[in-house]
Amino acid sequence: MSELAQSGAPVRSARLRLSAELWRRPWLKVAGLLALPVVAFAVVYLGSLVALFISSFWEVDSFTGKVVHTWTLSNFSTLIHEPVYRQIAFRTVWIAAAVTLADAVLAFPLAYFMARLAPPRLRALLFVLVLLPLWTSYLVRIYAWRTILAKDGALNWALNGIGLPDANLAYTNTAMWIVFSYVWLPFMVLPVYAALERIPDSYLEASQDLGGRSWRTFRSVIFPLALPGIVAGSIFTFSLTLGDFITPALVGGANSQFIGNVVHNYVGISNNVPLAAAFALVPVIVMAVYLFVAKRLGAFEAL
Amino acid sequence: METRATRIGFGIATALVILFLWIPILIILAYAFNGSVLQTWPVQNLTLHWFHEAWNDQEVRSALWLSVKIALITTAFALVLGTAASFAISRFQFFGRESVSFLLLLPIALPGIITGMALSSFYTFAGIGFSIWTIIIGHTTFCVVVVYNNVLARLRRSSPSIIEASMDLGADGWQTFRFVVWPVLSTALVAGGLLAFALSFDEVIVTTFTAGAQTTLPIWILDTIQRGQQLPVVNAVVFVVVVLTVIPVIVSQRLTQDSGLLRRR
Repeated sequence: MSELAQSGAPVRSARLRLSAELWRRPWLKVAGLLALPVVAFAVVYLGSLVALFISSFWEVDSFTGKVVHTWTLSNFSTLIHEPVYRQIAFRTVWIAAAVTLADAVLAFPLAYFMARLAPPRLRALLFVLVLLPLWTSYLVRIYAWRTILAKDGALNWALNGIGLPDANLAYTNTAMWIVFSYVWLPFMVLPVYAALERIPDSYLEASQDLGGRSWRTFRSVIFPLALPGIVAGSIFTFSLTLGDFITPALVGGANSQFIGNVVHNYVGISNNVPLAAAFALVPVIVMAVYLFVAKRLGAFEAL
Repeated sequence: METRATRIGFGIATALVILFLWIPILIILAYAFNGSVLQTWPVQNLTLHWFHEAWNDQEVRSALWLSVKIALITTAFALVLGTAASFAISRFQFFGRESVSFLLLLPIALPGIITGMALSSFYTFAGIGFSIWTIIIGHTTFCVVVVYNNVLARLRRSSPSIIEASMDLGADGWQTFRFVVWPVLSTALVAGGLLAFALSFDEVIVTTFTAGAQTTLPIWILDTIQRGQQLPVVNAVVFVVVVLTVIPVIVSQRLTQDSGLLRRR
């Protein structure tokens, strides 16, 4: 340890004293460690959320186009009374629910196979195969589907190859449903896997000993125990779909606007931040309710 | 336990879902070598021409450079903040401990559009003009948590008593860090840093709200796709983006598998 020899004796004793001091007063260390992250986070992030919340009660002056800092509920009444916004909010939530369902159905067999049937090496390989798409740029994956679903894309090529007619899926709500389900699928697989892996083999044996056939075992033992995992995964699939605007923009059609698209347009193009902020509160409220229910169902232990 | 039929059924379903996950990625990677300017399948007349084209495109270059800069600085911030937070959370009990970890998770629990909107209204609120730093702050909010999770997992597996032992043997804080803490944590830090880099490098949603008129690589890709021009160049760029994000992820996966000094001994 050359460092020991190099540092001069007085400096060294001072450093030791400082270290000891810190050791004796853990709260000093906590303060030192946490001050930076907490201040950075609290100021920027929470401050931002508060700013967002406050600006939803402001208004844009229709003459000057500037934001007027007077308290008003007009944004909320616009959102409630204009049928367009209701329709868009409804579409967003409905598709988010359909995506969650599709992901649960697709993820379950994969997660079950990984957790309970695959030998260790295959399991490790499957893990990589599920994780890599998750980390591959999500913009790229949406773009991939845009080319696949296009008229001259791979899907129609494959369908024509086996003698089927074109599937006119490009720029439809069905396309959005497929793409969302695709993009968020790994988020569902991982928590379901974690939940299934924790089921002891003896539970399944017990079910069989008591005369439960496969289906009965699935319904009465496996499914209830996997449910917290499914709910945990659904938090991601649901929340991520609610807040998205890239997928509707790239694979959706004329009637595919999401809350995110409206918010994005109001912030970027028409500069109506207050109305955008008010609309952005819809996914936040939906998620808050959802998280509350999920917590009741014990989903957080499965995360 | 499971019947043979169940096993085979689950096996087939697994294979199909894995194919579903991978075929679109493989298809879009193949398009990078498409000799035709039309986006038709199958790909024809394989060529490397578009990589050349992309490399010489001034817009692509400056977007790439901006994205790399942002990702690097974001990673540095995320490493400092994430490590400090994970130490505080794992080693000490204090008032508000739960809310700190909840606060760190919030940026990935809330939809990106909320984070983006919130930050953009914060900038307007505080009168901060858009710059590279507004993007970096946006990315840091959700990158901290990746480093935090990685370091926290490592700290939970290592014993805090090694630090006490080091102090008992007369080492000061710096020496304890250099010779005891660092060897335990280094791979977790590298892994977390790589993930943060990958996350920042291809982020679009928060970026669209915090970038103003600046163009990062993902924003360039999004704009160009929507305009429908230069798609072959986009394909080549997309290929590079996928490779640039997948490599750090694979490396970090490796690093966290064999977990540092303590496990090996």
